[in-house]
Amino acid sequence: MPLLTRLFIKSGLTYFIAALVTGLLLVARPLLALPPIVAGLSPVYFHLLMVGWVTQLILGVAHWMFPKYSREEPRGHLWLAWTTFVLLNTGLLLRVIAEPTRSVSSAPVWGWLLVLSALLQWLAGMAFVINLWPRVKER
Amino acid sequence: MPRPSIWLIRSALIHLALGFTLGGLMLWNKGMPIHPLLWRLLPTHMEFLLLGWTVQFAMGVAYWILPRFYTYRGNVRAVWLAFIFLNGGVWLAGPGATLGAPAWVILAGRLCEVDAAAAFAVNAWPRVKTLAPEASHLK
Repeated sequence: MPLLTRLFIKSGLTYFIAALVTGLLLVARPLLALPPIVAGLSPVYFHLLMVGWVTQLILGVAHWMFPKYSREEPRGHLWLAWTTFVLLNTGLLLRVIAEPTRSVSSAPVWGWLLVLSALLQWLAGMAFVINLWPRVKER
Repeated sequence: MPRPSIWLIRSALIHLALGFTLGGLMLWNKGMPIHPLLWRLLPTHMEFLLLGWTVQFAMGVAYWILPRFYTYRGNVRAVWLAFIFLNGGVWLAGPGATLGAPAWVILAGRLCEVDAAAAFAVNAWPRVKTLAPEASHLK
């Protein structure tokens, strides 16, 4: 299994646990009088699960198992695959920090961090599609 | 990779690109408001990424790698029907809700998605099997 696939899947597993812990916090908030920042975790919970875990697991396995791009570059352009990994994880982590914080702080920096998060995750998605597209083929 | 898988996976990649674009716009809008109407993209964003991307990608890979009957991958017409119904359903239910289409349009979309699941099961069900008798010693 290539290094990048291992990173995708292990990061994915970490997000999987983090997502379920976040879900637990959301349910526990009214019972345990947790701080108001926890109320802003709802979209974070969903995106940790769907982007951090499900999508990242797919990305890792596709990078590993799809038909070869060429003899010289069997897994496509490695720099694009690494770009996907770095941008997706940076973007998602920025969202995890900025989105709940923005619900309790009016400082504009949190809003700009969300914009940056949006941009990084979008670029990651495009990089993945561009890199995988030519590997979706008969042979 | 067989042709139906190529179509399913490429369509999934297109939905990933579109879904990430809509999600990126909404997250940007959350950080630094662009236009309040952007929130109406949410049903399309969810439909594209949950069914158009994740589910369709899984279907494409499953058709490719599930056990075969020698070289035969089962009822191929059922898979093409699943492809048409899933994509039709996603575009009726997602953009339909975003554009404020009548309820019957969304209902028709969901019905198409049910048909897609049923058609896919017609193909996949008999392929979820134990090893051929002559290879049973490998169990």
